[in-house]
Amino acid sequence: MLLIRCPYCEEERPELEFRNAGEAHIARSADMAATSDDDFEKFFFIRSNPKGIIYERWRHMHGCARFFNAVRDTVSDRFLMTYKAGEPKPAKLPGAAK
Amino acid sequence: MIAAFRIPGAGRLKQAETARFSFDGQSYAGVEGDTLASALLANGVHLVGRSFKYHRPRGFLSAGAEEPNALVEIKRDFARKTPNVRATVQELYDGLTAQSQNRWPSLAFDVGAVNDIASPLFSAGFYYKTFMWPKSAWKNLYEPKIRAAAGLGVAPDQPDPDHYSARFAHCDVLVLGGGAAGIAAALAAAETGVRVILADEQADFGGSLRFESGAKIDGQDGFAWAQGAVATLKAMDNVRVLSRTTAFGYYAQNFVGLVERVSDHLQNPGREQPRERLWQVRAKRVVLATGAIERHMVFADNDRPGIMLASAARTYLNHYGVAVGRNVGVYTANDSAYAAAIDLKKAGVGVAAIVDLRDNPTGPIIDEARALGIEINFGRAVIRAGGKLRVSSMTVQPKNGGGERTIPVDAIMMSAGWTPSVHLFSQSRGKVAFNDETKRFVPGTYAQDCVSVGACNGTDGLSATIDEAYAAGAKAAKDAGANTVKGTKPKVDASESWSRGMLGAAPGAGPDTTVKAFVDFQNDVTAKDIRQAVHEGMRSIEHVKRFTTNGMATDQGKTSNMHGLAIAAETLDKPIPQVGLTTFRAPYTPVTFGAIIGHARGPLFDPTRKTAIHPWAERQGAVFEDVGQWKRAWYFPKAGEDMHAAVDRECVTVRKTAGLFDASTLGKIEVVGPDAAKFMELLYTNPWEKLEPGRCRYGIMLREDGFIYDDGVVGRLAPDRFHVTTTTGGAPRVMNHMEDYLQTEFPHLNVWLTSITEQWAVIAVQGPKSREIIAPLVEGIDMSDGALPHMSVREGRICGVPTRLFRMSFTGERGFEVNVPADYGQAVWEALWAEGQKHGACAYGTEAMHVLRAEKGYIIVGQDTDGTVTPGDAGLDWAVGKKKTDFVGIRGMARPDLVAKGRKQLVGLKTKDPKVVLEEGAQIVGDPKQAIPMTMIGHVTSSYWSQNCGRSIALALVAGGRDRMGETLSVPMPNGTIEVEVTGMVFFDEKGERLNG
Ligand SMILES: [Zn+2]
Repeated sequence: MLLIRCPYCEEERPELEFRNAGEAHIARSADMAATSDDDFEKFFFIRSNPKGIIYERWRHMHGCARFFNAVRDTVSDRFLMTYKAGEPKPAKLPGAAK
Repeated sequence: MIAAFRIPGAGRLKQAETARFSFDGQSYAGVEGDTLASALLANGVHLVGRSFKYHRPRGFLSAGAEEPNALVEIKRDFARKTPNVRATVQELYDGLTAQSQNRWPSLAFDVGAVNDIASPLFSAGFYYKTFMWPKSAWKNLYEPKIRAAAGLGVAPDQPDPDHYSARFAHCDVLVLGGGAAGIAAALAAAETGVRVILADEQADFGGSLRFESGAKIDGQDGFAWAQGAVATLKAMDNVRVLSRTTAFGYYAQNFVGLVERVSDHLQNPGREQPRERLWQVRAKRVVLATGAIERHMVFADNDRPGIMLASAARTYLNHYGVAVGRNVGVYTANDSAYAAAIDLKKAGVGVAAIVDLRDNPTGPIIDEARALGIEINFGRAVIRAGGKLRVSSMTVQPKNGGGERTIPVDAIMMSAGWTPSVHLFSQSRGKVAFNDETKRFVPGTYAQDCVSVGACNGTDGLSATIDEAYAAGAKAAKDAGANTVKGTKPKVDASESWSRGMLGAAPGAGPDTTVKAFVDFQNDVTAKDIRQAVHEGMRSIEHVKRFTTNGMATDQGKTSNMHGLAIAAETLDKPIPQVGLTTFRAPYTPVTFGAIIGHARGPLFDPTRKTAIHPWAERQGAVFEDVGQWKRAWYFPKAGEDMHAAVDRECVTVRKTAGLFDASTLGKIEVVGPDAAKFMELLYTNPWEKLEPGRCRYGIMLREDGFIYDDGVVGRLAPDRFHVTTTTGGAPRVMNHMEDYLQTEFPHLNVWLTSITEQWAVIAVQGPKSREIIAPLVEGIDMSDGALPHMSVREGRICGVPTRLFRMSFTGERGFEVNVPADYGQAVWEALWAEGQKHGACAYGTEAMHVLRAEKGYIIVGQDTDGTVTPGDAGLDWAVGKKKTDFVGIRGMARPDLVAKGRKQLVGLKTKDPKVVLEEGAQIVGDPKQAIPMTMIGHVTSSYWSQNCGRSIALALVAGGRDRMGETLSVPMPNGTIEVEVTGMVFFDEKGERLNG
């Protein structure tokens, strides 16, 4: 069971309290109705599924109930960092070399 | 009476305290503190099982958790039967009843042993080769036969009456393994004051100090020191000591799963006592002190009962006071077996000879054996063991060939060396490294905050082990936050040390292919099988493993993996690290389902949700159905009524007078805030801004892909307040969906979402008399059609309590849904029921609700839709705001496939024979005479007998359905084809006049 730091509660809590919510930083277009077929495909269907660093969303379901973003290494399952929803993709990752 | 092989004065058990037990119906005496294995051996019993594939007679290989052979069934009563219990681990209690497995009719004469003679049939990969064809025979013939013939114990056929508990724990330093290394590490960590947990799988701490008679620490015998040290630890407030506790899995971020066997060793476990306890421990630092496991020698017929690991024989002697024979042979490739021979000899047991594969080993331990007068043969191999149900001799030959000599023995102690137990380290995703000099895989690169100490780290010798472990324990504590280090390192006064040994097959293991030199005892894998796997083209050790099943039994290859690997490497002519090591997976030893499930069984498996009105329905004799976690009243049978009669009556009564229905399970969400309407606009297809307070609207929620996700009636209570209803099962995911968009896509909107499902009980009153039933109880709401038209909502009071009164209908009749605070739900229901009785109203259940809504063509999301249905497909285009520029799903709905012609659309179906009721899920075809496989053009989604219509009715998804009105289609069923006519979806009161009737 993973330990996940909720950036709102500012606490590391067990995975049982959280629910994964898919890949992060996939922005919904402000003009959704005008999105092209190709762009809609990218927005709705295409996910990166990397071996290594993934940016993903989690929800602190049984805590503060907030959605937030996390950076996780899919090989080691190590969380590099978590940050609040709406914050930009971090330019630098702590402990990325590990 | 003392058992025949119990040596007076030997071992640590109080030989006076006896325990009676039975094995295969025969009664024996054991001693308190025995395992089932030591007690049987004390009585001279070696034959305890038959092997998996060849049904060969088997005895005890080990004295611990690595045991592959001695698996028995322990039976306490009819329901408490545990198969595949390792007799070497099971502690004896007075009255223990054990049975051997995998034999018929008896252990000594087993019909299945014919497999041993027919063994060419069962060589490596035989499952894959023999049972290939035809495919159907696998299911009908091969698998049942194989399952009957093979397999180990028999699973119990009754529910497990025991209970299992579970605990979470946190600590600074978790020490796994309670031998010398683990105890030293735990002492060092505990002395700093940090929180320490020390766990060991055995009943007694001490690990290999149980048999190492040469160990002296702090002036005491090693085992006695261990007991003292553990007593010290137990007395400390910051330390938790867990015996009989196996760490079976090492997961991410230092999360370790352990099972504590609480009562399996007790004669009469207390009822309040769990059988096992699952510990889920999160540790800042983990110290792995898991020791090493001795390997057997791989030679012909090395599986005969009486042939065992040298350390096992030594444990039985030094701990349990039991001699494994009277005339014991030794076959070794390392020093540690000498210590066993010396201990036995000193205890008065005859040692026939030591056969050492090494050419000219030297050292004090060899000198000591020689000085005791034990015959030693260097450079020789045991090429064969004699005997069948018990070993009777060993045949010795110079290892490079030459004259044979047969030595009579009644037991053989063997040692090929020691394999560090890197299982947990490997599970932690650490990478092992091969030490070419010592021929061992030891911890290499660490992936988590843990450290290995002692034998599992490849550290030899007690002094070095305690130095390493004590330092590691202190460092782990410091890393976990300790700042004071005090205490004294235990001082080793005397120790034993072992040299390396060998890997792979010894000379007695072939190349002759008729030889059975076992590598994996539990799965009956021989050296020949591994060679054959390589010859047949397997190159990776993972393939060799699966082809031969080496290491795949319940012992997971604890004794066999390294031998198998070495034989494969030798056959491939490659260095061992290039062939690789198979992956270690959890669990380390088998874990019961009970331990994993814990309390989550029966009523505690999943919550049961009941409405406020449930007790009333129960009193009325309602039959309930499960809807998600809810119990819902299905129908209310009167005396003599079956389900059909009850549902027909309920349906007719609702349309004739009225009915009361418990709709409390509907999901309810309150959407509040200045931007509530804007939010609703984005989450639902419908327009909301212009909906007046006090009015309701049927809303459709889509996913971004344009498919229907949920639906429900929404009432606007105030400009900034919506009372949203969802499907019964959909409430949590709709709430999650709304929160997701509110928090992440539309965070600029000032809106609050609150789940109010449990806050409001909902009583639907439907039918022509509904207003007359409600009106007398309502205060402050004008219930005239002008003031409270269809699809409106008012707040007021009913029976003196607050209500949100909806005028709405899921039946097509004039109808109301009375929301009251859940605490008043039953009282208000009873008041309405009393009023209803005056008018001849009934209570109706979910079945009648379904029929009534289907008569009107109202859909149920999740039944008439399946996640691929658009509003257009469902005939709900009218509910999509055409002028809206954005809502979730607006773009998805416009995808080419979703607007293409020929999509499946919801339509009505009438069977040509009105009495025939279609089966829900039945497939629909056009021409029933077409060739098989037919083209299926749709399926039935809802189907009922409608007493109000006097015929069957159905809804279906049919390709191009709305262009097929009046067409005849076919529903092929096992008993013939049913003809149906495509119709509109409304079967009753097509004009909708009854809403105000
Ligand atoms: Zn939180």
